[in-house]
Amino acid sequence: MRYLPLTASDRAQMLGVIGASSIDDLFVDVPKSARRAGLFDLPPHAGELEVERELGALAALNRPAGAGPFFCGAGAYRHHVPASVDHIIQRSEFLTSYTPYQPEIAQGTLQVLFEFQTQVAALTGLDVANASMYDGSTATAEAVMMAKRVTRREKAVLSGGLHPHYAAVTQTIAHAEGMTIERLAAAIDAEAAVIAAIDADTACVVVQTPNVFGVVTDVSAIAEAAHAAGALLIVVTTEAVSFGLLKSPGEMGADIAVAEGQSIGNALNFGGPYVGLFAAREKLVRQMPGRLCGETVDAEGRRGFVLTLSTREQHIRREKATSNICTNSGLCALAFTIHLSLLGEAGLRQLAAINHGKARALKTALEVIPGVEILTPRFFNEIAIRTPGSAAALVEAMLADGVVGGVPYSRLAPDAGLDDVLLLAVTETTTPEDIAALSAALTRRIGQ
Amino acid sequence: MTMSSVGRPTQPQAAEGSAGHASLTGARALLQDEPLLFELGGWDKTGVDLPQAEFDASDLGDLVRAAPIGLPGLSEPETLRHYVRLSQKNHAIDLALYPLGSCTMKHNPRLNEKMARLPGFADLHPLAPAATAQGALALMDRLAHWLKTLTGMPAVAMSPKAGAHGELCGLLCIRAAHEAAGQGHRRRVLVPTSAHGTNPATAAFVGYSVQEIAQTTDGRVDLADLEAKLGPDVAAIMVTNPNTCGLFERDIVEIARVAHAHGAYFYCDGANFNAIVGRVRPGDLGVDAMHINLHKTFSTPHGGGGPGAGPVVLSDALAPFAPAPWVVHGSEGLSLAEHDTGFGRMTAFHGQMGMFVRAYAYMRSHGADGLRQVAEDAVLNANYIKARLSAAMTPAFPDGPCMHEALFDDSWLEGTGVTTLDFAKAMIDEGFHPMTMYFPLVVHGAMLIEPTETESRRELDRFCDALLALAQVAKAGDVQRFKGAPYLAPLRRLDETLAARKPKLAWRPEPTTVAPAPLAAE
Repeated sequence: MRYLPLTASDRAQMLGVIGASSIDDLFVDVPKSARRAGLFDLPPHAGELEVERELGALAALNRPAGAGPFFCGAGAYRHHVPASVDHIIQRSEFLTSYTPYQPEIAQGTLQVLFEFQTQVAALTGLDVANASMYDGSTATAEAVMMAKRVTRREKAVLSGGLHPHYAAVTQTIAHAEGMTIERLAAAIDAEAAVIAAIDADTACVVVQTPNVFGVVTDVSAIAEAAHAAGALLIVVTTEAVSFGLLKSPGEMGADIAVAEGQSIGNALNFGGPYVGLFAAREKLVRQMPGRLCGETVDAEGRRGFVLTLSTREQHIRREKATSNICTNSGLCALAFTIHLSLLGEAGLRQLAAINHGKARALKTALEVIPGVEILTPRFFNEIAIRTPGSAAALVEAMLADGVVGGVPYSRLAPDAGLDDVLLLAVTETTTPEDIAALSAALTRRIGQ
Repeated sequence: MTMSSVGRPTQPQAAEGSAGHASLTGARALLQDEPLLFELGGWDKTGVDLPQAEFDASDLGDLVRAAPIGLPGLSEPETLRHYVRLSQKNHAIDLALYPLGSCTMKHNPRLNEKMARLPGFADLHPLAPAATAQGALALMDRLAHWLKTLTGMPAVAMSPKAGAHGELCGLLCIRAAHEAAGQGHRRRVLVPTSAHGTNPATAAFVGYSVQEIAQTTDGRVDLADLEAKLGPDVAAIMVTNPNTCGLFERDIVEIARVAHAHGAYFYCDGANFNAIVGRVRPGDLGVDAMHINLHKTFSTPHGGGGPGAGPVVLSDALAPFAPAPWVVHGSEGLSLAEHDTGFGRMTAFHGQMGMFVRAYAYMRSHGADGLRQVAEDAVLNANYIKARLSAAMTPAFPDGPCMHEALFDDSWLEGTGVTTLDFAKAMIDEGFHPMTMYFPLVVHGAMLIEPTETESRRELDRFCDALLALAQVAKAGDVQRFKGAPYLAPLRRLDETLAARKPKLAWRPEPTTVAPAPLAAE
């Protein structure tokens, strides 16, 4: 077995050193009823070639996003990632290291996390960011629970424009922690509706921009209303490239900003691993969940970085911790930071402008298709349309034309009564030919 | 002195005063002193070539960002330099043994990286139509089959993103099952004193109160104490097995039986599954739910602290309460059940697919025979270390074998003036990552060593020789070697108190620094 260095003679000699007569002696504490003598009913070991063949065959059954016209978004976006990003994250020192608990021999990871935190704070327009969460949805749930700790109130109001899966995760996790979650009905462009739901028990309101229907909103008025009632505003963003074009959550008065960072540096990966971004105002830092990396000095006065404020964390506080989270999304955060370092301010702004430009081109194409109603008044790179019939059936039909024509909203929320709503996303990877193919497919299938 | 014909010395010359030599630049030969990204001056640089788009955001009016973001950029060569220089300041499993107990730092096969990057997996959107994702769904289904077979459990929830996320998922299933049975008043969870910190944190997270179960002198759950604390308000027990002392819970079947007899569920923390994979099925021990850290037992890379993956296997009693999504077999192939559950959702999509591919490639490579050998070699290596180091160090539980990790206390350091922390920091100078320290909490000055099965006998001996040599100098009174350690790492010991007292969590421009010039989007 190629991954196991011990030889039969090693094993025999080592048993001798231990003073055991056989390997079974070392498993003597296992109750007799649970000891299994034979092998499990699974195939035997396989060489690299065999494994590559099996997995290659499985991969070949999938249609990669890059195989043709492709318009799925709704929380995960296909962007181009520079080749050097993937090269660096595969370096042994990053790939095969553990959480940086020994800072003297983990300054590589720690300095990257410090850079990551600085980048995330800058993008979101807030003071401090943590070293990442599992993904945007779990970061949202953590933000809601953080609002409970800060305000000592138990109600969270979720906008109808919040990604339904984010709302479900928040409901599942925050509800478990004893919070009341008020989830407003899905509506295309109604973020301000959360204002009417704010009361004296409200810990936070959660608003997404661009929202799940692609709508960009200035949340300043919502921030004012929340703050007037003593509640926090949590702003959610699922498309991190939009930070390059749009006003930041912090500029608009958010107290906590959470985002899915997958768009920068990370592949689609069928939903994971992704990287949750989490930033907040400075005064809230001690209630933040997750790991934080901070600057300090070593015994010779040289600058260095450590994990800090760990008195918030489970390995110190146990049942009194701010969260049970024990990992971050280290390697995905590294990919995010490298990609953003390559982009820089100019590159990110240009990338965002290109994405928006593609969406304008998409809109222009959609406007002339009979039966298509454009629902998103202000967008970044994603547009919701109303189709004459079931959007899911339409997507199914367009597959025969070789077009993966977006995400039917009913896939996210079958009971919302929005079966005719289709979400279409574009990025810099979308070509004019892709948009033409989508237009042709939509025209043909709607006409049927 | 020997010289070449142009006068270049070809043999090293004895230099005086070379000890403690400091460079002029802060570099140490191959190790560069690397500033922060924000100090490299790249305020107007980019390392990507993007097409010139006609910039028009007139439709967005004042929603467009006006102020600069504050992001520096670097060209590609500078980016490579910056991050490669940083990488060289990290310890890694590819460099030397990484003996962190309870962390299972084993070799990460590169085949698995290659497989996860196949476009059919990496470039697949989570909401792509099921017809275009049949291979991905089949892979999830096959991985689930392996996990169920290896654990002897009938169901598995795939979506949890890490071990602690899996714990949360398991406890939420337990809570839902109790509520469905009219047992919602059960709000107490029993956790051994040696448990991972995530166990009590997770229990508190779901609104349960936590009570500790005492430990026997031989490092196991005190069955009598457990029985005394069980009652009609206990929702679950959370037990790690093998436990964090590196010992198999001999009474585990009885522990499960009494818990069940009192109407409680048995949550098993599967962090230490590597010790028993292929030899013992948790389902045979009476477990109701157990998370599996794919990043431990099944070798998906730790990546400097994630991403992990924590699928949860479930008993028949808990399976109906699992979160979406599920892979479903239908007449038109495989699909995902994404909504029909009363539980809700743990994450936006289907879990850590990239990790599923790696873990499955690992399992297929090992097969039934290889996985059994994994457990045997992991346990053999740990016992070998325990046997060798017992010559100078004091095992916390000397009687009987350990499982995959060897636990020592600090009684052997008594009177030396050297603490567990000092000893660990001196290991850094010798080229090794320290073991897990001061955990579990039940052992004074604990040193928990987990070698894993992917260490050769040569590397184990190198490690043991180094520790025995260090132990000898500690006992001989060379305290300074330990108190000041590490001397040879990229940095000396860091001031953690300073970091926490005045937290500096992001780079800020010095007041004297010229503020970055605003950039036009064009």
